[in-house]
Amino acid sequence: MNARNSEFAILAEGLEKSYREWPVLWDLDMSVPWGESLSLFGANGSGKTTLLRILATSARPDAGTVRVAGYDLRRQTERVRRRIGVVGHRSFLYDDLTPRENLNYYARLYGVRERESRISAVLDRVGLSARANHRVRTLSNGMQRRAAIARAILHQPDVLLLDEPEAGLDQDSRQMLGGLLDQWTSEGRSVVFTTHDIELGIAWGHRAAVLSGGKLSLPGRDPEAVQRALSGPERQPANAPVKADALPAETREP
Amino acid sequence: MKALLTSMATMVWKDILLELRSRELVVSVIVFGLLVVIVFSFAIDPAPGQAKNLAPGILWVAFAFAATLAMNRAFVREQEAGALEGLLVSPVSRDAIFLAKASTSFLFMLLIEAVLLPAYAVMLGFSALSWTLGLTIVLATLGFALIGTLFSALAAQTRSREIMLPVLFFPIVMPVILGAVEATTRAIGGETFVGLGRWLPLIAVFDAVFLVICPWVFSFVVED
Repeated sequence: MNARNSEFAILAEGLEKSYREWPVLWDLDMSVPWGESLSLFGANGSGKTTLLRILATSARPDAGTVRVAGYDLRRQTERVRRRIGVVGHRSFLYDDLTPRENLNYYARLYGVRERESRISAVLDRVGLSARANHRVRTLSNGMQRRAAIARAILHQPDVLLLDEPEAGLDQDSRQMLGGLLDQWTSEGRSVVFTTHDIELGIAWGHRAAVLSGGKLSLPGRDPEAVQRALSGPERQPANAPVKADALPAETREP
Repeated sequence: MKALLTSMATMVWKDILLELRSRELVVSVIVFGLLVVIVFSFAIDPAPGQAKNLAPGILWVAFAFAATLAMNRAFVREQEAGALEGLLVSPVSRDAIFLAKASTSFLFMLLIEAVLLPAYAVMLGFSALSWTLGLTIVLATLGFALIGTLFSALAAQTRSREIMLPVLFFPIVMPVILGAVEATTRAIGGETFVGLGRWLPLIAVFDAVFLVICPWVFSFVVED
């Protein structure tokens, strides 16, 4: 079983992750079919970034199984890494290199064929050709964000994982990104992205999910339903260890 | 193996390009090394011919501190803008990342030492034209680079990395420094390879042990 032969681009079962005594994800199940994009909502600290970091192989889950593009995250990590593209909060780019040099560097690491033409194509796709040879530190935040998106799609990954990708982008850049995600899923690839912008998340995602209390719920693509799911009281994950600072002060250990 | 070497070459090339652009590491460490020998020249006023006896100790104290300065920067660039995370989610093995960073540190340190050595030889009155001295420097610098790269990765994740690196680095690298001082004493005294006794093999054994252990430990250091 490998990429595209599996039913789901992402399949997670019983996923758990805690930071010391603080449970973030608890018995979480998740599936993203091929050709779909999932918009992930959640309050600050609800675990959206942690979930994306686990899917991106940069954080290890405490328990549960995850398959990305048909490969087991624990046992086939390198194969997973070849098939994912990641846009994080930070650009992952070197400030003293130009976007073209950064892309050339990553293209070599990923073993991209016909490097030069592929780099030119992605720079053109994100509208950065004119600034391709300027050092990253001289670019605006929005341009650095576009360069980060170019880096993520450079090796044509099967699964795109984006953490608040719209942050810092102007209206034109948002349209560009929306078009890119649409193209990505129409080609049978899959996308998972987090956002705090409900309208945008519903417009870009085939499905909407809300992360709360360590679990995912699927309220549908209705902005009010998403808002209701987000507005509910923060739930302690069921059966999870009690959060230390949620206890009354007199019952905490010294 | 080919993939590992290709990835390593790509990462080393990137580090060299970044250093050529910023010139913040090699130049500042060379200036530091020159200041050390000038301070020692003023602070110590040995009898004629005595400077040569002190030279190995001064040389390796300066090289070791220069190494900690250089190593401090090894992972700082990677952490700026989260480039290390970009590297960790790419299909490059942790071994390749470690060996590439260690290779870059090794090359930069050799360059720094090649500039500093003639200055030290002139100021402290010894001949730097000795292949046994050259071999000692290469082997000891390899040990510095391997241990320094590992602890640089560890220290880069702490707030007080400038303090953490020397605190972690010096106790572990001490056998290499001791071996290097002893071997250098004999090398500048005109001894041949045989005359260096057990000191060069001692450094080589430490290098071999570090070469096996450090990449393995590195994979745990960078995991969340």
